[in-house]
Amino acid sequence: MSIKISTEAFDPYQEIQDYQNARTGNIGAVGATSIFIGTMRDFNEGAAVKGMTLEYYPGMTEKQLERIITEAQQQWRFIDCLVIHRVGNILPNESIVLVAVWSSHRGDAFDASRYIMEALKSKAPFWKKELLVTENERWVANNTNGYNTPEIPG
Amino acid sequence: MSIKVRYFASLKESVGRSEDDLTFTGLLTVNEVWNRANLGKPLPGNILAAVNMEYVEFDNIVKDGDEVAFFPPVTGG
Repeated sequence: MSIKISTEAFDPYQEIQDYQNARTGNIGAVGATSIFIGTMRDFNEGAAVKGMTLEYYPGMTEKQLERIITEAQQQWRFIDCLVIHRVGNILPNESIVLVAVWSSHRGDAFDASRYIMEALKSKAPFWKKELLVTENERWVANNTNGYNTPEIPG
Repeated sequence: MSIKVRYFASLKESVGRSEDDLTFTGLLTVNEVWNRANLGKPLPGNILAAVNMEYVEFDNIVKDGDEVAFFPPVTGG
């Protein structure tokens, strides 16, 4: 299990490849890999967005992410997991978050990765401040519940 | 007793600082820590609290050396 907070832009596909390559012991046991990548949009809540700053609480953020992974391990059987979250100044189309879960069977990979992602959205201390194309700045007020409120592109 | 109080994100901007060092005698709840550090300024309704990097309720009692944090709802991911 690995948690990384990245102050630099990261390539989630390369990170997954590197992580898998370093863990040859998992070969044979893994039958399912579920990957979620969150990417910065150039629009939000009706406004054009040109950049974002992500603040976090060093120490608490990692601690809460570890707790979330432990909770997932208590509910589903999976072999490994990698969580990467970007902080600092971010541009549209850059990756914000990666959650990858490796398991023997697809149900555990799907469900554990979904759980980790939704719990991250509601419990891990990160805060987004958007820089709009109009040059105004605004804090994102809260995250929606991903299970109940699908976001409609607008 | 002495504790550190930290503020994050929009709350940090509205209180105008990122942390306080608070010295006091007796027992204080998390809510009283806010009042002591912010001179009775009302705590915004949606604010969350943590002690030593774990979420807590506002009636939790703090201990010497604790780090108490206040912050708005989280918006990562």
